[in-house]
Amino acid sequence: MSTSRDNAPPSGTSAPAPARRDPSVRRAGRRRRQEDLAWRWGARIAAVLPLAGLGAVLVVLAVKAWPAVVVNGWGFVARSPWVPGNTYGAVVHTHGVAHPQGSLYGAWPLIAGTLETSLVAIVIAVPLALGTAFALTERVPAWIARPLGFLVEILAGLPSVVIGLWGVLEVGPFLARHVYPLVANTIPSVGPLRFLTGSVGYGEGLATSGVVLGLMIVPIIAATTRDLFLQVPALAKEGAEALGLTGAEVARRVTIPWVRGGIVGATVLGLGRALGETMAVAMISGSVLGKVSPNLYGTMTTIAATIVSQLDSAATDGTGFAVATLAEAGLIVAAIALVVNVVARRIVARTGRFTAPVGRG
Amino acid sequence: MAVTDRVHGATRRRRVVDVAFRVGALTALALVIAPALWLVVGVVARAAPHWRWSVLTTLSAGTSGGLENAVAGTLVLMTGVALLAGVTGVLTGVYLAELASPRRSGRLGGAWARGAIDVLAGFPSIVLGYVGYVALCVALHWGFSLLAALLILSLMVVPYIAKATESALRQVPTSYREGAEALGMSQGYTLRRVVVRSALPGIVTGLLIALSVAGGETAPLLYTAGATNNLPTWSLLHQPVAYLTYYVWTDYNQPGLAAHVVSNDAALILVVMVLAMLVVARLIVSRSQRHTESAR
Repeated sequence: MSTSRDNAPPSGTSAPAPARRDPSVRRAGRRRRQEDLAWRWGARIAAVLPLAGLGAVLVVLAVKAWPAVVVNGWGFVARSPWVPGNTYGAVVHTHGVAHPQGSLYGAWPLIAGTLETSLVAIVIAVPLALGTAFALTERVPAWIARPLGFLVEILAGLPSVVIGLWGVLEVGPFLARHVYPLVANTIPSVGPLRFLTGSVGYGEGLATSGVVLGLMIVPIIAATTRDLFLQVPALAKEGAEALGLTGAEVARRVTIPWVRGGIVGATVLGLGRALGETMAVAMISGSVLGKVSPNLYGTMTTIAATIVSQLDSAATDGTGFAVATLAEAGLIVAAIALVVNVVARRIVARTGRFTAPVGRG
Repeated sequence: MAVTDRVHGATRRRRVVDVAFRVGALTALALVIAPALWLVVGVVARAAPHWRWSVLTTLSAGTSGGLENAVAGTLVLMTGVALLAGVTGVLTGVYLAELASPRRSGRLGGAWARGAIDVLAGFPSIVLGYVGYVALCVALHWGFSLLAALLILSLMVVPYIAKATESALRQVPTSYREGAEALGMSQGYTLRRVVVRSALPGIVTGLLIALSVAGGETAPLLYTAGATNNLPTWSLLHQPVAYLTYYVWTDYNQPGLAAHVVSNDAALILVVMVLAMLVVARLIVSRSQRHTESAR
């Protein structure tokens, strides 16, 4: 094998005429061409597969959702009730689509819940992530920053069902006992601030979901921001310091503006993760269908959490209408997550690359 | 006098802001580290009091019993994903880094493949699980099955592997490829013996991270892998597969201590598995970094 290769012509795949004399060289050349072809076609076919899979997923989702889109109409995104109807009773037809008598679906509470939890998550995660990135790059010595950075990465790698378990068993009760009452009782009940007051519940609901989601996306934003901060040239920072700027001023006027695009991109990427997160929210939100949470602490649900917790019972709808409605909800969350991700990657691609490992289930 | 007073006031204010900024950054770090520790310690503390090693050798009885079937099922799923998503992802990464460069295939340069991967990387996992259920399990009559679960799970983690492979290949110095070409190596041979080999640490790291994600997934599996108290079989269709995350999710709010023990034990095993893979990935990265630095 090695001798035949040593005799091989030096000009790549185009074998020159003299080599044709020796059959072993010709065999080696053919084998090399075959290997080239195998790599090329293997890689091409493999690269098509994700696209094909994604296309199939979108087609299935659209086909499955179509009956629900026809019956539920535009009101779907504005209505609140989630009534499967009488699955043992009469089947009625609307626009030629069969569905149980009395079924009425509205996705407004799910959409509102998805946006609200993600908003809370972003509000919590961005300052924490920026502070963490700063502390890890500027304030903490390297020998301790490394293990701490790894600990932050671990937070991103842990299964979301484990994080959900921790959230519902430990974080929720803790916050409901020690933190929420403090906030709810000190904030004056006027205007929009009224949303932050009132009954604080037992820890399952919007606030806890948002807090836990925030902690889940901190690593995404923090890891990217840390890498970006390390890319800021020391000369610019040292120059600013030499001019007499304090650490905070260097951060505000040099470091952050230098990588602002990347931070925004990472934040939007984190937002995308929060919007699509399923298991943790399904365990922590209280999974209450049909109403928007009256205040920050109330029980609620999101689109993703509703799909996972309702698909089982939806499958008992003989007309298949409940399953179709979940497909419509899935289309909405997929569309939201898609837009957010495309925007984020556009921004990140312009400013740097993104490598944080994250699970999503 | 008045001027120096103003200057002193401004300086003091700037110092206060600076100190507040430093304290704020360290507080943020503490507010991230503390929950991470709380989470890991909490998982161990909840499982430890009732831990018995026999969970690893006892079959599940739903809300009681052991987790042998779930551990075996998770390992089977991870092996399947390593094969299916591993081959697809690595080859996709090779395509993106080596074959679809703008130099070779015009301005597009694999934009379609990269776009698909980016979209998949941010796709809600439950929607993938839903599609797997309605399309593979119901419409194709596969039932809850290993193949349906593997396809959906692989579709989900392929982006991680492809991305890691691409960036690992891009870090291989151009001089390696030029040297190989100057020695008369063909493109395929160069890929196999030079480029992929020197990118191997990065590729393996990406694979490990993808596997840790796959092992910790719940939403894509609930309606594709189904649930069973039996060990995984070799049949790809019509046989449900047990997995660890199912027991965490199903048993945590069931009545009775036995169910909670199952849920907590499953969470502990999951965390240990995921942490082991992340630590190994980390070690590979730091080892390969040390080698490249000493080679320079």
